[in-house]
Amino acid sequence: MTIRLKPVDAVIIGFGWSGALLAEALSAAGLSVLALERGKFHDTAENFPPSRAPDELRYAVRHDLVVKPAENTLTFRNRVDQTALPVRAWGSFLPASGAGGGGVHWNGQTWRFRPSDFVLKTTIIERYGKNFLAPDLTIEDWGVTYAELEPYYDRFEYLCGISGKAGNLGGKIQPGGNPFEGARSRDYPTPPLTMPYAPALFADAARECGYHPFPQPAANLSQAYTNPLGVTLGACSYCGFCERFGCGNYAKASPQTTVMPILRRRPNFSLRTECLVLAITHDGKGGKARGVTYTDESGQVFFQPAEIVLLCAYTFENIRLLLLSGIGTPYDPGSGRGVVGRNYSYQTTSSVQLGFADKRLNPFIGAGALGMVVDDWNGEHYDHGPLGFIGGAYLAALAINGRPILNHPVPPGTPRWGAGWKRAVAKSYLRTTRLLASGSSLSHRGAYCDLDPTYRDRFGRPLLRLTFDFHPNDLRMSDFVTARLAKIARMMRPDWLAVEKREAPYSIVPYQSTHNVGGAVIGGDPATSVVNPYLQSWDLDNLFIIGASAFPQNPSYNPTGTVAALALRAAEAIIHRYLRAPGPLA
Amino acid sequence: MRRRALLASAAAIALTGCATQTPESGLRFFTPEEAAIVAAIADRLIPADDLGPGGREAGCAVFIDRQLAGAYGGSRDLYMRPPFLPGLPSQGAQSPLTPAARYRGALAALDAHCRAAFAGSGFADLDALRQDRVLAALEAGRIALAGGGRAFFELVLRDTIDGFFADPSYGGNQGMAGWRLIGFPGARYDYRDVVARHGEPYLEPPVALA
Repeated sequence: MTIRLKPVDAVIIGFGWSGALLAEALSAAGLSVLALERGKFHDTAENFPPSRAPDELRYAVRHDLVVKPAENTLTFRNRVDQTALPVRAWGSFLPASGAGGGGVHWNGQTWRFRPSDFVLKTTIIERYGKNFLAPDLTIEDWGVTYAELEPYYDRFEYLCGISGKAGNLGGKIQPGGNPFEGARSRDYPTPPLTMPYAPALFADAARECGYHPFPQPAANLSQAYTNPLGVTLGACSYCGFCERFGCGNYAKASPQTTVMPILRRRPNFSLRTECLVLAITHDGKGGKARGVTYTDESGQVFFQPAEIVLLCAYTFENIRLLLLSGIGTPYDPGSGRGVVGRNYSYQTTSSVQLGFADKRLNPFIGAGALGMVVDDWNGEHYDHGPLGFIGGAYLAALAINGRPILNHPVPPGTPRWGAGWKRAVAKSYLRTTRLLASGSSLSHRGAYCDLDPTYRDRFGRPLLRLTFDFHPNDLRMSDFVTARLAKIARMMRPDWLAVEKREAPYSIVPYQSTHNVGGAVIGGDPATSVVNPYLQSWDLDNLFIIGASAFPQNPSYNPTGTVAALALRAAEAIIHRYLRAPGPLA
Repeated sequence: MRRRALLASAAAIALTGCATQTPESGLRFFTPEEAAIVAAIADRLIPADDLGPGGREAGCAVFIDRQLAGAYGGSRDLYMRPPFLPGLPSQGAQSPLTPAARYRGALAALDAHCRAAFAGSGFADLDALRQDRVLAALEAGRIALAGGGRAFFELVLRDTIDGFFADPSYGGNQGMAGWRLIGFPGARYDYRDVVARHGEPYLEPPVALA
């Protein structure tokens, strides 16, 4: 028997960054807010004290903060003419589970997208003409501009205390920052982190190449900081256990370290963990969402009525819940019609590993967003006319992931085991680093998500099916930027280097990036988008779908800053416009 | 009584040369014979030499034993629903075999292979040169085992290295041998004083989790 619960003003599905930001804004406005989170409750003192947090096997190898594939996974194929098979063990990406979501175990690389990213289609057509784009690319403008999002980027950066150096203050280029970024209304709230050796070498080499290195904006704070809500974060200790780990120093911005201490004191907010939403109940197109059905760990099923439903799960579960709930028209790659699941895109990464005989880089000194970056070969920062592709990458030397189980590099040609391997690993560990190209990913006709016809979860519901391969545009882009990365690497004068190109087919096996985006995208046209520029469902005006599922394609930068800015803008529109006059906001 | 004696001798075989082990390192998954083979394999994958202890002394077999007795060994966290269909390399492993089942089958088959090839000697009884040849043949796919010889080699190589570098509380990396070999300071958790000292050696000894 389903138990019908007392109605709330707003129910939030998924308590990661999006859910936490919406919860804070809506509960501050006086609404009764309930957040439902499928995973466990996590907080710093209980779960990530320094005596327990730095456990590489538990967190980085066995994925303790990631949803277990036994509980939820997806199926995967490269092309529509293949049979999708389940992702039985995670590889290419790691969807989070638990209070705080990916905001707990992220690196903290906190970017803004550029002004041109939000009007990508228009920009490319204006600059290179209509025929420049391959016909199967389905890139779109966002329907929201950088100028409209700037105040919300700023608000998120000040909520977190982001450490960085502005490159563009009100249109004036600042030395030492990113000269290619959009105009900021003010500088970062805290100064950049101190650079370890490898990023410093990279920055010197990049300058020698004529590029413009700057510190990676970081949610690992360079100093203690009290945010506008009155919550104090600590200073990063460069412990090296960041990505895939919770932070024991309160030094990485997360829902736990920025808004949860406030939310816990608000009587009109509650969080129920280990509660999995099964479906959204609704009237059908043009009507309202009525609430959500969820189950707790005992198997008891509940119906939670709500005036507003906020779908804030990870990209894949946002898409899947829409499809399972019959909201919106599923995308059909044959006809190109339909919107739910359309425009999935990813991240086109590549790297160069380099080793020195005589330089101790001490890779164990690290933080998730600690490093130097070059943005010269990204987006429209260079002319693509003669190159025949669009997009680009930021190139970086990040002092991250220097832990030994997953990072014990040896020069090419070294035996994989035995005495030769042991000698090489003993010599190489402290003296090797990796440079990264974080490249864009364009949406295209054959890259999408739908429900799998065969494989089901433990409740008998179809798994989501992902169909994806790298578009030739992105592979050409990746080759181009990887060559620039190798140029910087050679300028660092290593004793050996190994270029790791990105090649097709996309494989679900090696870790690449948990930047899975699209499938419920933002836009100005309901024929090509699922949500309007306020992340409001075109079909049900009291349903908001928050997250990177809204990205129509993926620029090269890490997504969290933009996810947060979109979420905060949606929250403000709900409070100042929707509550006064419930109905479509666009 | 007989079982206890067996466990004690198993621990002795698995942990030869390791003074830091406690009685609780009694085997949880392997039989004594299996533990002896895995310890021997680990000691060829990571041999003892002038740089420091090898895989046996570091406790890699104990690490693997404990992992196989837990969630990892039984693939408890993985998606294990049928149908199991052959897939493309890009789609990832699609086998219903758990790591525990792979070890159980492959270790018996490997030992049988050795006994047939080397006049009744099992893998653990072979000299180092012969052990290396068997492992190289496994790696190259020249020895067919149920569930895949090469797949088993990759599994045991990864598990051995995981054990060599994981926190010592998991049973491997005893004496922080893996961390000392490469210069990883473990769970120090604070490098604020040294982050700007580019190129200088870090001199503090490693620390393990409490």
